[in-house]
Amino acid sequence: MDSAAVRVSSAIPTGLRGLAPFLIAIPILAALQLAVNEMPFLVYIASIVGVNIILAVSLNIVNGMTGQFSIGHAGFMAVGAYIAGKFSLQLRDVAISALPIALSDQILLVAALLIGGSCAALCGFIVGLPSLRLKGDYLAIVTLGFGEIIRVIVQNTEAFGRALGLSGIPQRASFFMVYFWVFLTIVVARRIAASTHGRSLWAIREDEVAAESMGVNTTGYKVRSFVISAFFAGVAGGLFAHFVPIINPGSFTFVKSIELVVMVVAGGLGSTTGSILAAIVLTLLPEAMRSAFIALSGGQASLAQKVDQIRMPIYGILLVLLMLLRPQGLFGNREIWDVLPRWFARRRKGT
Amino acid sequence: MADLLQHLINGLATGTIYALVALGYTMVYGVLKLINFAHGDVMMVGAYLGYAAAQKLGRTAQSSFLGVLLIFLAAMAGCALLGLAIERFAYRPLRAKPRLTSLITAIGISFTLEYGFQLDFGPLPGAAPRAFPEIIKATEWFVIGDGDVVIWNWQVISLLVAVALMLTLQYLVFRTRFGKAMRAVSFDHRIAALMGIPIDRVIAITFMLGSALAAGAGILYAIKDTAIHPLMGLYVGLKAFVAAVIGGIGHVPGAVAGALLLGLVEEFVVGYTASSWRDAVAFGFLIIVLLVRPEGLFGRVSAEKV
Repeated sequence: MDSAAVRVSSAIPTGLRGLAPFLIAIPILAALQLAVNEMPFLVYIASIVGVNIILAVSLNIVNGMTGQFSIGHAGFMAVGAYIAGKFSLQLRDVAISALPIALSDQILLVAALLIGGSCAALCGFIVGLPSLRLKGDYLAIVTLGFGEIIRVIVQNTEAFGRALGLSGIPQRASFFMVYFWVFLTIVVARRIAASTHGRSLWAIREDEVAAESMGVNTTGYKVRSFVISAFFAGVAGGLFAHFVPIINPGSFTFVKSIELVVMVVAGGLGSTTGSILAAIVLTLLPEAMRSAFIALSGGQASLAQKVDQIRMPIYGILLVLLMLLRPQGLFGNREIWDVLPRWFARRRKGT
Repeated sequence: MADLLQHLINGLATGTIYALVALGYTMVYGVLKLINFAHGDVMMVGAYLGYAAAQKLGRTAQSSFLGVLLIFLAAMAGCALLGLAIERFAYRPLRAKPRLTSLITAIGISFTLEYGFQLDFGPLPGAAPRAFPEIIKATEWFVIGDGDVVIWNWQVISLLVAVALMLTLQYLVFRTRFGKAMRAVSFDHRIAALMGIPIDRVIAITFMLGSALAAGAGILYAIKDTAIHPLMGLYVGLKAFVAAVIGGIGHVPGAVAGALLLGLVEEFVVGYTASSWRDAVAFGFLIIVLLVRPEGLFGRVSAEKV
C-alpha cells in the first residue's frame, strides 16, 4: 500500500517520516470525497464496507495477532454506536459559532467518535483485565457473554430507546470521515505488527507459556491489544450510528460478531490485508448477489430474501471448510505490503 | 412465601433441562478438550426430530406411553447419528491441529444448523416457531393453597427423565468397561491409545451419547415451552455451557449441580425483576464464577505442563 512511501521517506526528515502516509492519503481521500459526492447509494455501501473493514482489522489485532479468541466484537461496536449516537443526539442543535457549520459538525462528530471509542476501550479494559487470564475457550465464552450483556442492558435502558433503538442521529459521517478512520486503523494495525509490541503479540500467539518464560508480560500485552481493538470497534460503531437512519440492539447481536470472526478467519488470522479483503468481499458479495437475483427474477423481492437467508448457512459452511482445507485462511500471516515489493524485485531481475 | 416456593420449583424444572444439555458439553469436553458449540443446536435438531416423529404417529398414538417413548427414542437415535457425523467429518480431521481451529469449526457447524433450519424450502422447517404437539397433556400434579404453588406434571416427568438419564450416564462412566476407556481417554488420550484403547471409537461414542442426551433435553424443553424454533438451541446451549463451567467442566455431577444452580438463579432474578434480563443473568453469573473460582465449583486446578 505505501511501500512507495517508505522509499520516498528516505528524503524526509526522520521526525516527519511517520506522517508521510497521512500526507499522501488525506488528499486522495478528499479527492475521492468530491468524486462520490453525488452518489448517495454508493457512499452508503462504501461506508458499510468501511465500517466492516475497521471492525475486521481491529478484531484481527486480538484474534489474529495475539491469538486470543474474542467473539463479542459487536458488543464493543454497540457501546461505541450508542455512546457516540447519544452524544450527537444531545448536541444535535449545538454548533461551534466561530466555525462554518460543516466544519463544526465534523469536529463534533470526531468528538463523538473519540468518546464512543474511549468508552468501548474502557469496556475492553474491564472485560479484558479479568478474563484474559483465562485460556482460549473460556475467553471466547466470556467475550460472547459480554456482548450479550451489553445488548440486554441496552434493551432495558430507557435512555437508549430500549428495543426500538435510537433514531434521528445527525447523519454526519461522510465518505472522507469513514475512510480516514479506515486508513488510521490500518496504519495502527500495521505499525503494531511491526513494533516490539507486535513481536510480543506474535510470541503470545505462537506459545503463551514460552512467551511468558521469555519475560513477555502476557496479561499486560493481551489487555492492551484488547483495549486498542475495542477502541476501534467503538469508533466503527460510532461511524455506523452516524450514517444509518436508526440503530437498535438487533444490529449488534451475536450474528454480527460471528460475521466479523468469519471475515478475520477467512482473510487469514494475523493478516491485516486478509481482513480488509475479506471484509470487502463478504460485505459486497451478498449485496451483489441480491441485486443480481432481483434483476434476474424480474424484480421479485422473494428471491432476494432467499439470498439473504442463505447467506448465514453459507457462512457456517465456509468456516468449516476453511478450517478443514485451509486453516490459515486466504493470506495466512502474509501482508500485501510484504509480498508485493519482493514480487516486483523478482520480476525486475527477470527470474 | 408461596412466590418463593413457586420460583424454586420452576427453577429446578428449568435446571434439569439445562443439566441434560450440560452433561453433553462436559462429556465432550472431558474426552476432547473441545467446547462443542454446536451442542445446543443438536438439541434443537432433537426437538424437530421429536416433532416429526409425533407428526408421523398421529394425534392419538403420540400421547400414549409407547408413543412418547418412541418419540424420545427416535429423536435420540437421530441426534446420535448427527453427533457421529459431526465428529467424523468436522472434528476428527482437526484433532491434531491447534484447538482454536476446532473451536471455529464448532461455531461454523452451529451457525450452519441454526440458519440452515431457517431456510424454508425442501424438508427444512423455516424460521417461524411451530407449536409442539401436546404429547404430555399438561395437568396440575400438586397444588398448595388456592393455586399459589403449582407443580405441573411435565415438571415432574422432566425431572424423572433427567434423573434417570443422569443415573444411566453415571453408571456407564463409572461402572462399565466403556466408561473406563472413556475416563482413560479423558485423562490422556495418547497414553490411552498406547494401551490399546480405540480412542476414535471412544470419542465417537461419547459424541453420540452426548447428542442423544441433548435430544432428550430438546423434547423436554419443547414440552415446557410448547413451541420449537431453529434458534431455540442457541441460548439453552450457551446457558448449559455456562452451567458446565460453573460446576467445573469435565466433571459429571458438577455439571448437574451447576445447571440446577443456574436454573434457580435465573428464575429468581427474573422472578423478582423483569424477564427481559433473563439472557444476561447466566453470563453475569458465569463472569463472577470465573473471577472468583475459575476452575468451577467442583473442578480441580490443573497447571499447564510444557
